[in-house]
Amino acid sequence: MANVTKNRPLSPHLQVYKFIPTMAMSIMHRITGVALYVGTILVAAWLIAAASGEDYFNQVNDLFGSFLGQVILFGYTWALIHHLVGGLRHIMWDLGYGFEKEFSTMLAKANLVASIALTVLVWAVVLLVR
Amino acid sequence: MDMRTPLGKVRGLGSAKTGTDHFWKVRTTSVVLVPLMLFYIGFLVMYAGRPYAEVVDALANPFVATINALTVIASIVHMRLGMEEVIQDYIHSETAKLALLIVNASFSLLVGGLCLIAVLKIAFAG
Repeated sequence: MANVTKNRPLSPHLQVYKFIPTMAMSIMHRITGVALYVGTILVAAWLIAAASGEDYFNQVNDLFGSFLGQVILFGYTWALIHHLVGGLRHIMWDLGYGFEKEFSTMLAKANLVASIALTVLVWAVVLLVR
Repeated sequence: MDMRTPLGKVRGLGSAKTGTDHFWKVRTTSVVLVPLMLFYIGFLVMYAGRPYAEVVDALANPFVATINALTVIASIVHMRLGMEEVIQDYIHSETAKLALLIVNASFSLLVGGLCLIAVLKIAFAG
């Protein structure tokens, strides 16, 4: 038999579609998820240092407190909040609500705005409390 | 002759024989993680950058330790399942897929174990 898989028509893929907000937030949800996965190393480092004694804890705190450390932690905060807010949209869809085109597009944009605003708010509070 | 209807053939546990188990666990962990993460963010806002004694004292509180341990468990299950989906979606070579799934399971267990032991050590031994 001839090779049937070779001559099959190909279905259109990502690049032929216009890039829209819901698509962007869909892939952002996955990227932030992967970032959070890798970032658990930071949480583990902090907890283990706290469990290992004052010297270890101060070393890790110094690393987190450095400029690069703060930039990474800011990004990590945003990834967590973005994934959290995006997760709420997914729970809504799983319950069967919110599939209308205009509404879901609005919500996709709101997801990004909310995650950035909340991240800035969290860091503002952290810096004010200190 | 197969007397089963087309619908009958696809009912049940599906090709992976696990049914909706994966989907369901991702959703249930995601729902419990919403309040847990809000607590966690609040905790970090209060204690990030604070001195050692203060942080350990806060982590040793039984209520905080319990919430912490539950957060670690729910997070590890959720992130392992999520990464499994990513690997299965993008890695098409059977060998690489299998290897990465093992790496994923190992990494999740290792990080989860480390975090849990740290939380418990602080809770019980300070």
